[in-house]
Amino acid sequence: MAIPCQACEKNSACVHLTDIRPSGEAVERHLCESCAMKEGVAVKPHTMSATVLEEFIKQGLGLKSLAERVCPQCGASFKDFHEQGLLGCPYDYTAFADLLKPIIEKAQEGAARHTGKTPGPSDENARRQATLSRLQRSLKQAVEAEQYEAAARLRDEIRTLEER
Amino acid sequence: MTIDDLMLQRGEWLQGTGPMSDVVISSRIRLARNLANYPFRNRAGESDLAEILRTVSEAALSCRSCKDATALDLDPADPLDRQVLVERHLISRQLADAPGPRGVVVTRGETLAVMINEEDHVRLQALRSGLQIMTLWGEINALDDELAERVEFAFDGQLGYLTACPTNLGTGIRVSVMLHLPALKLTNEIVRVARAAEELRLAIRGLYGEGTDAVGDFYQISNQTTLGKSEEEIIEEFGESIIPRVVEYERAARQALIEKRPVQLDDRIWRAFGNLRTARIISSEETLLHLSHLRLGIATGRFPKMDVKELNDLIMPTQPAHLQKRTGRTMSGEERGALRAAFLRERLHHLN
Repeated sequence: MAIPCQACEKNSACVHLTDIRPSGEAVERHLCESCAMKEGVAVKPHTMSATVLEEFIKQGLGLKSLAERVCPQCGASFKDFHEQGLLGCPYDYTAFADLLKPIIEKAQEGAARHTGKTPGPSDENARRQATLSRLQRSLKQAVEAEQYEAAARLRDEIRTLEER
Repeated sequence: MTIDDLMLQRGEWLQGTGPMSDVVISSRIRLARNLANYPFRNRAGESDLAEILRTVSEAALSCRSCKDATALDLDPADPLDRQVLVERHLISRQLADAPGPRGVVVTRGETLAVMINEEDHVRLQALRSGLQIMTLWGEINALDDELAERVEFAFDGQLGYLTACPTNLGTGIRVSVMLHLPALKLTNEIVRVARAAEELRLAIRGLYGEGTDAVGDFYQISNQTTLGKSEEEIIEEFGESIIPRVVEYERAARQALIEKRPVQLDDRIWRAFGNLRTARIISSEETLLHLSHLRLGIATGRFPKMDVKELNDLIMPTQPAHLQKRTGRTMSGEERGALRAAFLRERLHHLN
């Protein structure tokens, strides 16, 4: 169900906004990426998308060899992954790390680090490490958002955890 | 425990119990895991897959969480039996249809299942009626810990649990809740829910998951991202914030229907009842559609002839594989339709 862009009426809209008028009335607007940028609406800069990557691969702009890179463990090539959407073995994440990074970030909303559980019976140290990196991430976000009170609280929390 | 034993039970997802069960049918958590020393499923040979099946089955059966469980070997199984398991939400369609050695370990109560050689080597599943995500997490986390003592899972300090598809990377967790949203559907507010879900990076699907349409106003909402947040963060956000809001929204829409369009509402409910008890041929989709309206009638107190459990007991037996399994043979669609209609008439006959 593609909605056409309300500004250019050509492209399909991918930015959906709800403007609140001074009267309190909510107005929905649908814009395509370029019209949204023209209007100064913040659009998250794109990481290299899978389709862009595919183009590169197809054009063979020196990247041809990248697509044909093979995992030394299972023999799967990066091209195999691209065609099937599935990796060949756990080592592929190491063998194709640089090529997978943008794909993982795109699929995972920019996340690049696991902060959840670790295998095996509760490993106190690993759990602490995971909590630490989660707090550090929140701290960074708080600073970027200029939420200094929250940032101070997080910093204290990190210190306490590090001293333990 | 055999498939026939399972057929005698109501099925966990249709218990009709648990918190918010007026709107929430069931909750489910799945965890994707792979063994460290094998290629992923799509690149593993027949002998690798057989070895993985044996290793994981034995490991799972020795876990305390699985003490009353049974291992079912799915490759040699009758396709009808596999379909019965799909209808009971114990295995995915993908596992039912994929070639090669594969299986499932299921507990007697049908609340825990270990799918082996699906897209990943191991897919743990915990399933319960109503909104019970925290309980499910406790159960599946314990089973995951026990399994990790017995087999080595592919894990990376930075990326977490390594999965065949990067969309499951990290926690490998997929939290899904099955909701009954007839009032939001009737008032077309479901479009807003879908849009909000999209913004929150959640997936909305039909009754049987990926690639299926919403039949009978049953919708499945699940998380899409698996990396960057802990399991608890994902679960809390889902179970304490997102789902309760959708539930409130549906309840409000039901209340509005009762107050503003009571005749239309009753019309839906009683026509559904009429169809179910008079039809001579009926498909499983049409059955679900009418049962959905009856369920709305029960939830809004406008159809006092049945309770939710009685209604739920009409869902599983009218599913295609359950119907054929009970009859003991495969049948054409038309034959099934006639048998289904006869079953429904018989069950609804005494309600006047």
